[in-house]
Amino acid sequence: MFNTITQSIHTSLAALLANKGRSFLTMLGIVIGVGAVIVIMAVGAGAQSLILAQVKSLGTNIIGVMPGGSAEEEGPPVSMMGISITTLTYDDAMALKEKKNVPNLIDVVAYTKGVGTVSWGAHSYDTNLSGCSVGFTTVEDGELDQGRFFTKEEERNLSRVIVLGFTVYNELFGESEAIGQRVKIKKHTFSVIGVMKERGTVAFQDYDDQVFIPIMTMQKLIAGVNHLGLIRAKVDHEDNINQVLMDVKLTLRERHDIIDSSGKNDDFTVRSGAQALDMITTVTNALKYFLAAMAALSLLVGGIGIMNIMLVAVTERTREIGLRKALGARTANIMNQFLLESVAVTLLGGIIGIIGGGIISFLIAAGAKFMGYDWAFILSIQSILLAVGVSSIVGIIFGLYPARKASKLEPVEALRYE
Amino acid sequence: MLINIKDLKKQFENEKLVTKVLHGLSFVINEGEFVAIMGPSGSGKSTLMHIMGLLDRASEGKYEFADRDVTTMSDNELADLRNSKIGFVFQSFNLLARTTVLDNVKLPLTYAKDKKNIDDRARRVLEDVGLGHRLDYFTNQISGGEKQRVAIARALVNNPSIIFADEPTGNLDSKSGIQIMEILQKLNEVGNTIILVTHEIYTAEHAKRVINVRDGLIVEDRPVKNRRLAHDGDLLK
Repeated sequence: MFNTITQSIHTSLAALLANKGRSFLTMLGIVIGVGAVIVIMAVGAGAQSLILAQVKSLGTNIIGVMPGGSAEEEGPPVSMMGISITTLTYDDAMALKEKKNVPNLIDVVAYTKGVGTVSWGAHSYDTNLSGCSVGFTTVEDGELDQGRFFTKEEERNLSRVIVLGFTVYNELFGESEAIGQRVKIKKHTFSVIGVMKERGTVAFQDYDDQVFIPIMTMQKLIAGVNHLGLIRAKVDHEDNINQVLMDVKLTLRERHDIIDSSGKNDDFTVRSGAQALDMITTVTNALKYFLAAMAALSLLVGGIGIMNIMLVAVTERTREIGLRKALGARTANIMNQFLLESVAVTLLGGIIGIIGGGIISFLIAAGAKFMGYDWAFILSIQSILLAVGVSSIVGIIFGLYPARKASKLEPVEALRYE
Repeated sequence: MLINIKDLKKQFENEKLVTKVLHGLSFVINEGEFVAIMGPSGSGKSTLMHIMGLLDRASEGKYEFADRDVTTMSDNELADLRNSKIGFVFQSFNLLARTTVLDNVKLPLTYAKDKKNIDDRARRVLEDVGLGHRLDYFTNQISGGEKQRVAIARALVNNPSIIFADEPTGNLDSKSGIQIMEILQKLNEVGNTIILVTHEIYTAEHAKRVINVRDGLIVEDRPVKNRRLAHDGDLLK
């Protein structure tokens, strides 16, 4: 038995080596297919790890309240579709901050955001305008490089004070002293009271490329609105997140006169960091597997190429098949020989594809790291097994028909074949 | 009796027509015989050889090979029988390209049940046909006469009961042809049964018995008087 197998393998490899050029071209389809699967899986996993790390860096004990309900429990709130919804107000945020409503919240920050140009003398810079409440420093762990953050009073009495993100400070002032200077946004003059510490991008938000203005000032003077874009709040302990989510919902329903407790009529959406993480994982996974499936399609094409070339090989070697049968090869011997040949081609192609795909993924990861992204090189054993498995299956499936055709040849017909 | 054929008929059919090739042949071949099946092309001699060599099946009639009825055997049973009892030598050699002489001769043994000492057995028969010095040559590196000797070695390697040689000298120059006939005669002298298929009376007269086939019928079945003996050195010890 073992002897037969080694003999078949030997015969198959000899046949492949006899036609090196053709074997290689046949293999190429599989190499590209498997390589593509490997690269997509690895890059997908790397990108996913980057995204998840970004989201995690927010802290998992943060919850967010967005205006507008969501169609289903885990779906995105409608406000994410670019529709402006005005149901959340500053007073809502303040109500959540009260211990009697939501006991487990440490602090709350309300946001109304926009974009605008900040200018100082001849210098001007387009940046993100972040109208926020004083809770910002607590909830978002914002630290100051120079000066101070605004106070509760400044928040309430429409003070025209501004805290600069590090990038904005650099762009406008360079090395000069900024505290006490006056900058302009839309003809309104603000005095600079602080500069935030350099922080980088967290959860896709460049904290350095924005300015912070008291929320009321932002609403009344710049945006001309009364509603909030977002409320974020910090929970005292991760174990209490579910309790907080419930308390927040109850408080807001009461304030918005929503009687239905099923959540269907909610005009707001509450999400925890963990939920967001789950959602992002689901989305990125779906994307990753979709792309891998697309790449796997090329394996199918490669498989058809193999079937084609094996059919040519069977025709070409009809006399050889006839001879082998005359010398005593059984149907199964011939079948195994051709099946092994196609499996050997795909498996070898698969291995080359894995190595090639692995190298490309590694280079991509190295490039991303070089460019400063927290990108992990992830070559999972699953994707390797998937690639090897799929390529062997492709070899078997697409080799089966030609192999069967070969094994069914009548010896005398085959010997007579010219 | 090694071969017992009675009223054997063969016809080929396709959608359009039926071609009758053999019209009822009967004969017996015993162990140790050297029979030439002779006839012009189209006479049915090759079809007869294919059926006798278990490469094809009769349409009608009785065929017992080594006292076994082969007409009802499965394809795989026939393959096993060919592997263990029959050796073939073809006009066009039918050697595997890009394969060494030794590996070509080993080929039948790779399908045999007994796979012991394959290498030694193949070497020994190659030495017997005078090709001990060509073991590692590829089949495109040797002459036509040597190729046919490789084919004979391949036919001998499984110790067959019978060797079928289908126009074995057809593609060879006369000197190589004589060498091949000499080997076949020597093999017959040491007890091998040999069936030689040819269209030349000259070649046929190297055998001991001639069966003359014409238009699918046996027109003559006679012993050879004045048998030709091929002498060319001492190739087979």
